[in-house]
Amino acid sequence: MSVETSVTKPLAAAPRTVDTRVASLRAVYIIWYRDILRYWRDRWRLVASLAQPLLFLVVFGSGLSSSLGGGLFGGGRGLSYTQFMFPGIIGMSILFTSIFGAMSIVWDREFGFLKEVLVAPIDRWSVAIGKALGSTTQAMIQGLIILVLAPFVGVKLSFLTVLEIVPLAAVLAFGLSSLGVAIASMMRSLQGFQVVMNFLMMPMFFLSGALFPLANLPGWMTVLTRLNPASYGIDPLRRVVLSDSGLPNALVDRLGLTIGGRLLAIPLEVSIMFAFGLVMLGVAVVSFQRRD
Amino acid sequence: MTKQTVIQASGLVKKYGDLEAVRGIDLEVHSGEIFGFLGPNGAGKSTTISMLCTLLTPTAGSASVAGINVMQDPAAVRQRIGLVFQDPSLDDQLTGRENLEFHAFIYSVPAAERRQRIDEMLELLQLSDRAASQVRTYSGGMKRRLEIARGMLHQPQILFLDEPTLGLDPQTRKSIWTHLNELRSKKGVTIFMTTHYMDEAEYCDRIAIIDRGRIVALGTPDELKAKVGGDVVTITSSQPDKAAREIEAILGVTPTRDNGELRMEVSDGKKFVPRLVRELTVPVDTVTMRRPSLDDVFLKLTGRAIREEEAGTKDQMRAMASRWMGRRR
Repeated sequence: MSVETSVTKPLAAAPRTVDTRVASLRAVYIIWYRDILRYWRDRWRLVASLAQPLLFLVVFGSGLSSSLGGGLFGGGRGLSYTQFMFPGIIGMSILFTSIFGAMSIVWDREFGFLKEVLVAPIDRWSVAIGKALGSTTQAMIQGLIILVLAPFVGVKLSFLTVLEIVPLAAVLAFGLSSLGVAIASMMRSLQGFQVVMNFLMMPMFFLSGALFPLANLPGWMTVLTRLNPASYGIDPLRRVVLSDSGLPNALVDRLGLTIGGRLLAIPLEVSIMFAFGLVMLGVAVVSFQRRD
Repeated sequence: MTKQTVIQASGLVKKYGDLEAVRGIDLEVHSGEIFGFLGPNGAGKSTTISMLCTLLTPTAGSASVAGINVMQDPAAVRQRIGLVFQDPSLDDQLTGRENLEFHAFIYSVPAAERRQRIDEMLELLQLSDRAASQVRTYSGGMKRRLEIARGMLHQPQILFLDEPTLGLDPQTRKSIWTHLNELRSKKGVTIFMTTHYMDEAEYCDRIAIIDRGRIVALGTPDELKAKVGGDVVTITSSQPDKAAREIEAILGVTPTRDNGELRMEVSDGKKFVPRLVRELTVPVDTVTMRRPSLDDVFLKLTGRAIREEEAGTKDQMRAMASRWMGRRR
């Protein structure tokens, strides 16, 4: 009796078949986690990140406040410029951290680490999403840290207000981080960085309503401020923060973002911001997938 | 035991516009061997390795790695190969262990095995005691070892290394080789590497010599050296021109000039050298005789030496960069 055994031995240990989609989700997590780990390790940045907002609030804010003469908005029991500016500074912090955080992709490219990620057996969308989420988280924390300064600039915050601020900060951070990832996915070197800084981030900051109300502006500026996605994230922050300061609603509304004279509802603004983030993330995903 | 083929390429071509970087490469790599891809910079080594690793799409030809066609299922190929790039690709703000953990995640190493595999690789590449330090504090050799450990973490069948010893000092290069040999014997991994260091190619089981996008020779180091035949004799003389003429006339060998030396290939060096010294009338200052090296093979096959300067400048720049900036950044 002969037993024919023709066993074709598979090459080495037959590798497990890995579901790429599951692997990609795991990759989103670890890419996000790496960003947080690096952020947390860089404590100096946490402290340093308070310096600029502090400078704006204390020096710029106080200076302008006193030269404009106390109650800037609303006569008698009005609102000081520093108070007005405070939510804008939260927005500034989120804006800068989001874009810088996302742009770390360009650093990763420059120093080689991105290659390790791009050659892994995962879908490339995971890189865009992981990075956007990592940057969103950092920017959110950086924005919320500013709340610590509230008592020093005469802004009263209730616990409930803080709870309302968190999702608003998150959506703003998400929208801008996605924008950052989209830009970074198309940048080949660090050289374009200055350009982005000067021609995108600074104009976005100045035209966002962080420093002055977006009402009664010259026509061209009205258009630009309404085209600026950051405006739709900073306005709800301001309205929520200020409504807690015991100001009359009419006054708070007068400072709000309008289009064609009509005040935008906060949910609409949040939706616009979120939709913007999704579109930018889509651009980033496509752009990453195209790269060879 | 029959040899299993783990890498197979036929007619691989890569064109960049009009430039043909790789012009038809055929090769087979067997399971468990260390296969070296040797050639000067710009010969097409990196382009070929990139096509095999699915990082570049071939213009023509086909290749399969670990039994999988590189064009049909690149993700499956990548899951089965480990990569060590020419340029560093570590996150130097993370620790060595964290870099490995990151890799374990994106390569879907099962959670239950993660820790144990990371420990094992750290141990194997002698990085255990520094695993908790940030990579920016590592030396160049340690970074390379960490990259090799990382490339092996998902238990690939084949480890691809592109110039793994570039810019490292000779001692460190040697230790990298010790580790690669150990990985091969302990893990049974097939190693495919490129190098432009001739002396390193000697460590490989088989070598393909590549020049201008083509393989000009393929075989074991000894087989290749046999192509030169016999011994290489070099002399220096204060009157090299006259010496060259005499050698040609009296001994019937045509010497080649190389850096002021006269170099000739002869079938039996032991008998040739005494004759040479006896019969030349011009003074001979020095005589050396040696077995042919891979340098000689390359010279014979391509008519020129692997120019060390062209590789050298880049090496020096890298070495300089790591000296001045490496630890700082």
